[in-house]
Amino acid sequence: MVTTAIERDMWMGRRWDDRTSSVAESPPGGRSAVERVARGLGWFSIGLGVAEATMPSRMARMIGIEDNDAHRRILLTTGLREIATGVAILAGTRTAGAVWARVGGDMLDLAFLRQARGSSERERGRAAAATAAVLGVTALDAITGQQLSRERGPGVRGIKVNETITIAKPPAQVYEFWRDFRNLPRFMDHLESVEVIDDTRSRWRARAPAGGSVAWDAEIVDDRPHERISWRSVEDADVQNAGSVSFRPAPGGRGTEIHVDFRYDPPAGKLGAAVATLFGEEPGHSVKSDLRRLKQVLETGDVVRSDASIHSGMHSAQPSGNAKSRGATR
Amino acid sequence: MKANCWMGKKKLEVREVPDPQILNSRDAIIRVTSTAICGSDLHIYNGFIPTMEKGDILGHEFMGEVVETGSAVKNLKVGDRVVVPFPTACGACNMCQRDLFSLCENSNTNAWIAEKLMGHSPAGLFGYSHMLGGYAGGQAEYARVPFADVGPLKVPEGLSDEQVLFLSDILPTGYMGAEMCNIQPGDVIAVWGCGPVGQFAIASAKLLGAERVIAIDRFPYRLRMAAERAGATDTINYQQESVLERLKELTGGRGPDACIDAVGMEAHGHSAIYAYDRLKQAMMLETDRPIALREAIMACRTGGTLSVIGVYGGFIDKFPMGALMNKSITLRTGQTHVHRYLRPLLDRIERGEIDPSFVITHRLRLEEAPSAFEMFLNKEDGCEKVVLSA
Repeated sequence: MVTTAIERDMWMGRRWDDRTSSVAESPPGGRSAVERVARGLGWFSIGLGVAEATMPSRMARMIGIEDNDAHRRILLTTGLREIATGVAILAGTRTAGAVWARVGGDMLDLAFLRQARGSSERERGRAAAATAAVLGVTALDAITGQQLSRERGPGVRGIKVNETITIAKPPAQVYEFWRDFRNLPRFMDHLESVEVIDDTRSRWRARAPAGGSVAWDAEIVDDRPHERISWRSVEDADVQNAGSVSFRPAPGGRGTEIHVDFRYDPPAGKLGAAVATLFGEEPGHSVKSDLRRLKQVLETGDVVRSDASIHSGMHSAQPSGNAKSRGATR
Repeated sequence: MKANCWMGKKKLEVREVPDPQILNSRDAIIRVTSTAICGSDLHIYNGFIPTMEKGDILGHEFMGEVVETGSAVKNLKVGDRVVVPFPTACGACNMCQRDLFSLCENSNTNAWIAEKLMGHSPAGLFGYSHMLGGYAGGQAEYARVPFADVGPLKVPEGLSDEQVLFLSDILPTGYMGAEMCNIQPGDVIAVWGCGPVGQFAIASAKLLGAERVIAIDRFPYRLRMAAERAGATDTINYQQESVLERLKELTGGRGPDACIDAVGMEAHGHSAIYAYDRLKQAMMLETDRPIALREAIMACRTGGTLSVIGVYGGFIDKFPMGALMNKSITLRTGQTHVHRYLRPLLDRIERGEIDPSFVITHRLRLEEAPSAFEMFLNKEDGCEKVVLSA
């Protein structure tokens, strides 16, 4: 944790000799105004949560509710919830979701305030003030949540994948291999088959985990030989997807850099679940594995296998097999 | 076939398992005639290596006779006698093309796991966890060898198994350790660890022209072997005297020109820092113990080289980065690129410049592997190197 004032200022992005400046430089990568507000809410959550959890009596009296055992317990739980939400916001991965969680928490707080407020005039006055404050924060939370969701891009469910690998073969050779789509199932694990319909159209079939398959038609929207192939799924596809794969010369005679860049929308309903497991929690992982296999096929002739890897799921590193026994060595 | 299988921390069983088969057209199947237990196997035995599964076959130092080849293998035929390098390497990727075989970009079938831990994946290894490929090891009656057209070295007539077995790992490892020191005439080299790899590092340093080679350990029998068989000019027992002081004395205050760490992650010490490291490990705050490493950095002369061939797996604490940087020390390290040393070292063996069999102290049967591991771990019965045959 930061200790000195200088460290704190450096942590917050200001130049250490310019602490009087009121403009905070944004940390590397930059944060939008909305994200900064969200972070502020995160810190606010933590501060409030700590207060509720450590000083429930005082908090109860401040917001105009009766200071009894039951209320103190509720305040403690609420405090812990606030801290957790604050941490979730600051951790940064699902910020929008965490901010929406705040809204949910705010609703609970409002309900609690209404139900628990004391009867004296002073207490009612305080509860009213507290309620107004919570309503204000709720509005801020809701607006922030909405802005964040919008900032993430169109279609919150749209999944973006970007992966790259270097293959020690010339770009022309790698392009030609990929361009013949019938080669793709050799290294794309989940693909069953690709049927070429005409110059630009093809029909893709992928395995669904519970058996059976999902299929879609795709068309090439841009084809630059030895450089880039862009495609898009055709209307009504089970899995809407669009993207491109580019083939760039790697520097220093290292071969080809392949960059795969695509986005897909997992469909809703029962197909949605199937496709989600198909591509896994981390679709990037699945695509990277495919690229590794492509590299193996082009550089070594075949997908590399180990005694454990030929099985899906965990298997010990020992042969499994129905090879006939070779006979004891003694 | 019988194979030595890892069944849990400090639990090994020699079990009946299926025979290996050809999985890729560039495979070969070897009937194992000799195999050995490596110091790095002990890290697996002691539970320090993650991603092990019950039933994994251990062993990465093995040799034997070819009994079957895949359709794409033209350089070997049934009956050939070969030694197999412990990293699996394809020969075609950028790393293999640069002779960095232990960094093969293709052979680790579970590259994604290693990538999570290390940023990028090294090559797959025989019998050394799923993070490094999930390949069955060679402490068995038979072994499947991928990329048989790249790895295995044909053994000429007239050389026994014991003379060439260690080309699979420990001899090239010791040699690479010495080579990374970039030894110049007059150089003094200090070697931490007198296990078999340390012995070969000492012998290699002599072969490469070092003026003095100082062996450091705590077991008198190992220090004796270093002096009498490996060619060490001086020995230091760190439980009896201060290593740093003795090294200064032996180098006129300069410090050794290069320091070789042939100890690795399970280093032993006897000071407070050792207790600290063990405590941190127990609390899971540190995975490796860099005791020898720290001492080597302190001992090394300014501008010198630190050559690390001891195996590390995870993270260390209290690393003297300031000393390393301000003394301008070059750190060179890596798993051995065995393939590039096979022929040159075989030549040296044939010319009589080195007979690696001097480290062998025990010759046992494969079935005795579990108890042999315990003996090797505890350095009982003057154990230096155990060779197993089926």
